Parts: sequence; structure tokens; C-alpha cells
Amino acid sequence: MAKSISELEEIARKCRVEIVKMVHRAQAGHPGGSLSEIDLLAGLYATRMRVRPEEPKWSDRDRFILSKGHASPGMYSILAEMGFISHEDLKSYRVLGGVCQGHVDMKWCPGVDFSAGSLGMGLSFGMGCAAAARLDKSERRAFVMIGDGEMQEGSVWEAAMAAAHHELGNLKVILDRNRIQNDDFCEAQMRMFDIPAKWKAFGWNVKEIDGHNMNEIMEGLDFLEAPENCKGPSILIAHTIKGAGISYMENNPSFHGAAPNDEQFHQAMVELGEVEA
Amino acid sequence: MSRMAATRDGYGQALLDLSGNEKVVVLEADLGKSTKSLHFRKAHPERTISCGIGEQNMLLVGAGMAASGYIPFASTFAIFTERAFEQMRNGIARPNLAVHLCGSHGGTHTGTDGSSAQSIEDLAIFRTLPNVVVMHPCDDVSTRALTMQLPALGKPSYMRTARNKTPVLYDGRENEIQIGKGITLKEGSDVAIVACGVLVSESLKAAEALAEEGINATVVDMHTLKPIDGALIDSIVERCGALVTAEDHNVIGGLGSAVAEHLVANTFAPLEMVGVQDRFGESGQADEMLEVMQISAHYIALAAKKAISRK
Repeated sequence: MAKSISELEEIARKCRVEIVKMVHRAQAGHPGGSLSEIDLLAGLYATRMRVRPEEPKWSDRDRFILSKGHASPGMYSILAEMGFISHEDLKSYRVLGGVCQGHVDMKWCPGVDFSAGSLGMGLSFGMGCAAAARLDKSERRAFVMIGDGEMQEGSVWEAAMAAAHHELGNLKVILDRNRIQNDDFCEAQMRMFDIPAKWKAFGWNVKEIDGHNMNEIMEGLDFLEAPENCKGPSILIAHTIKGAGISYMENNPSFHGAAPNDEQFHQAMVELGEVEA
Repeated sequence: MSRMAATRDGYGQALLDLSGNEKVVVLEADLGKSTKSLHFRKAHPERTISCGIGEQNMLLVGAGMAASGYIPFASTFAIFTERAFEQMRNGIARPNLAVHLCGSHGGTHTGTDGSSAQSIEDLAIFRTLPNVVVMHPCDDVSTRALTMQLPALGKPSYMRTARNKTPVLYDGRENEIQIGKGITLKEGSDVAIVACGVLVSESLKAAEALAEEGINATVVDMHTLKPIDGALIDSIVERCGALVTAEDHNVIGGLGSAVAEHLVANTFAPLEMVGVQDRFGESGQADEMLEVMQISAHYIALAAKKAISRK
């Protein structure tokens, strides 16, 4: 691994700054799920993804599918950090003509492999990418990030069943288990009971980690890549905190899809170490 | 008596004919025996993906494969394609991924399974999606010819095929079939009947009956509903001055609507729409359903006379 844990944490911190800036600038968007996923994205992109930012359509690249496509500020921030897009591009988030569409869109933004925005679709698309890679006898992988609320969509389980049936060992899912969905806590909206047991029962390799602990994230990614877990699909269940890193957003369903005001923005920048209190 | 065949067989044959293209893959949702993708599966199991009874997943697996350089052909019953409409909308049409969806057993003509299986809205809903080409061929030869053209299309498509056999019209005429170009099967100057799918042969029968009454009808096979062949519509309006559309589909949103949309924006002629009158079907034999739904040759001829009377 080329980067140290502290370097990865710094990448994630910088992404958090951009996430909050994007949502504040647009006065719209989804900060909560972007902040819960960002440590995972930083770890994945900075240490595992076989991609070429200067050649985003390189056919043998690993695919990354953000199925929870509304958490786009998180993805845009890491794409900028990796050099797929510029930091200037981040200002186009939710702006007419901008590469940073409200939900990630493969037709608009370099580095985006799937046009998301409707939940429950990314895993199927990732399965298609994985099946194509296998037909091509390519080593490329398909990484798919799904949300926990998203698992309430039945189509997720169609894909889960099919991917295991076809033994797609190059399909790797990361579940951002942040426990909050649009209206409320998942527990109130739709209890999902034993999530690891569900995936195991569908024939998947399963590991749980703390999705904000970079050491555990590296262990989790090692698990996804381990040869013994490449005979069938694998899922990393990452326990996260919605809004992680910004005190007033953490575990607060209000910040699933709401922007901070100017005062809150300033506080966020202070908490992220960007400005003095 | 002409040869009888089902359009779904033309689809199955075309997939097999296309299998020399290593990028062609077939996706199934447990109805390959019915949609006729089974021939491809038997010949190329490694390029056939069973998605179980899961249409939503099937379409997006296709999207992922299309985005990876493959040319996926997915099929199920027309009625079940509708279950995955939003996948088609958001995952295929929106990013313009060339997934080719075939809905077999379309229309009330599918028969005795009854209304749950008789898709009467598939053409309408897929026609509303940007980027999507919508086809409903009338015989196995044209179905095969159109399907063979899909790998070069470069955009998504929906094709409805039928379960039951209908007269074959294009034996030896494969070269005349082209996506987006309607075909004039009979020329007359009193009225033009524009039909698709199983009602094309009914329209020819109607034209014969009209001829016995001294009425000369043009009959057009409008196998592609989107993009609609506007130039052909303009020319038959010019020649005939009155139109009838005929489809085994709800009169809302299908071929009749496509023709009407073109007419009101470009020219004018009285138009009578023969189709399912915004109601659900029931169990019945294919020919019985055409009578129950009032879309058989008899009703097409009646509509033609009404259209002429409105000139």
C-alpha cells in the first residue's frame, strides 16, 4: 500500500471539506450519506481501484458503482482528489450544465461508471459489469456501494441471488450501514433485522467493519480481495455514522438531504480544521 | 395460403444468426423457451445469463454489460417488461445504453392466458422514453431482419413479438426491411390503413374486402413505431386523404397516437384508430380476441369507411 493510514485519513478530511462546501454552495444535496461513505471511498480509491484518471474510459479499469447515487458529493470529492475532475468542477454541483449533476451520471462526469439516482439499481448493473469482465477474461473488478435503506428495494435481492448463483467473485459490495434513510432512522421506517445473516443466506462472503476506522477499512478491502473470497461475490458491511465528522449532522436524519446554513457551514469548517474558531 | 409463423420464432432465429458476433449476449428471465432465446442458449450457454424470474435485475445486468462493450438481448413476456420499466428508463434509456429488450406474447392476441398476460400498453410506455427505438413487426421474416439490424443501432430498443402464428408476408423480401421505414404492402388512393404486428395481415384482409366494394386502400406495415416514418405518413395522406391505424394495443399511446402526433403537427387528414378501447381483455383464442376487442379485419374495414366519410 502506497499510502499510510494518516495520509488516507487526510484525504478523507479534505473530501469532507469539499462535501460540505458543495452542499452549502448549492443549498441542496445530500451531505449525510456523503459523509458516512467518504472514509470508505477514500480507502478504496486511494489504495485499490485500478483506474487511470487521465484515461477515465480505459476499458480494463475497475468499475465503481455508487448505487446510492444521491450521495454524489462524496463521490465527486474523491474523483477530484484522484484527478478525474478538477476542484473547480466541484463548483458545478447541481448547476445547469455542470459535470457534477445532482445524482452521479456517467454521461456527465468522467470517472462515473453508472448513472444512479434511483435506489436498488446499482448492484444489478455491477453484476453486469462483473459478468462482462469474466467473459473478457479480465482481472477487473466491479465495486458497488449500496446504502442500508436501499436494501428495502426488492431488486437488490434479485441481484444478490443472481450474483451468487453465477459465482461472480469479481463483484464486491460495500454497504454503507449508516442507519438513517430519508424520512427517519431505518429502524423506524423498515426494520431489516439480521443484515449479515441475510447476505450469508444469499450465498455471499460477509465481513463487518467500522466504516470510519481506516485500519479496519484496509482489513475489509483486503477481505474483498482475498483469493478465497473471489470464488463468489463478497460484501463488506461497514458500520458508519450518517453525517460523520460534523457534530450537528451526525446521526441526525435532518441532514440526509439538507444543506447547512452559513453559520452551520462555518462551524463545519472549524470542526474539519479548515478555519479557526 | 401463405406460410404461417410466429414472430417470436423470427426473433429466436435472429439471435442464433447473430451469435457469430462474440459481443452478443442473451439475458433470460425464465422464459427463454417462450421468447425463443433458448436456441441461442443451447448453442452458447457461456454467453447466456439466466436472471431467474427477475426482470428488474435482468435489464440492469444488460446495462452493465452494454457499458462494458457487449450487446445484450434481453427478453421476457411483454407484460413483464413493464415490471422493469423504471430500470429501462433510468438504467438504460437515460445513459443511452444499447440494451435490446424483446417482449413476446404481446397484445390480446396472446390469447387464453387472459388479461394478466395480455400487454396492451407496452408500446405506449416504451415509446415515451428518449433514445429508445420501438418496434412491433408483423411476421417472422421481418422480425428476424429487424433483430439482425439491432447490433448496429447503437441505442436501446424495445421490440414486441407475438405468441401465435400469423401469415408470413416477407418471404424472400428481407432486404426491404429497415428499422424506421414503414413498408407499403398495397397501394390504393381512397384510404390508407397503417398497421403493426398481428393486425397487418388483418389490414390486408380488410383491404381485400374494401376492394370488393370498390374502395382502394393503401396498407402500410409500420413495424417501427418510434421513430415513426413521418415521410411515409405524409405521402399516404397526400394520396389517400384519410387514415386508419390498426394495432392490438390500447388506442392510448400506441401506433394510433404516434400517427396522430405526426398528423397534427404536419398535415391533416381524418384518422380512425382501431385498437383496444381502453379496457382489459379476457381468456379467449387469438382470433376470438380480435373479435371481442373489435380489431379484426371486419372492424378495420368499417373504420376505413368511416374515415373516408369524414374527408
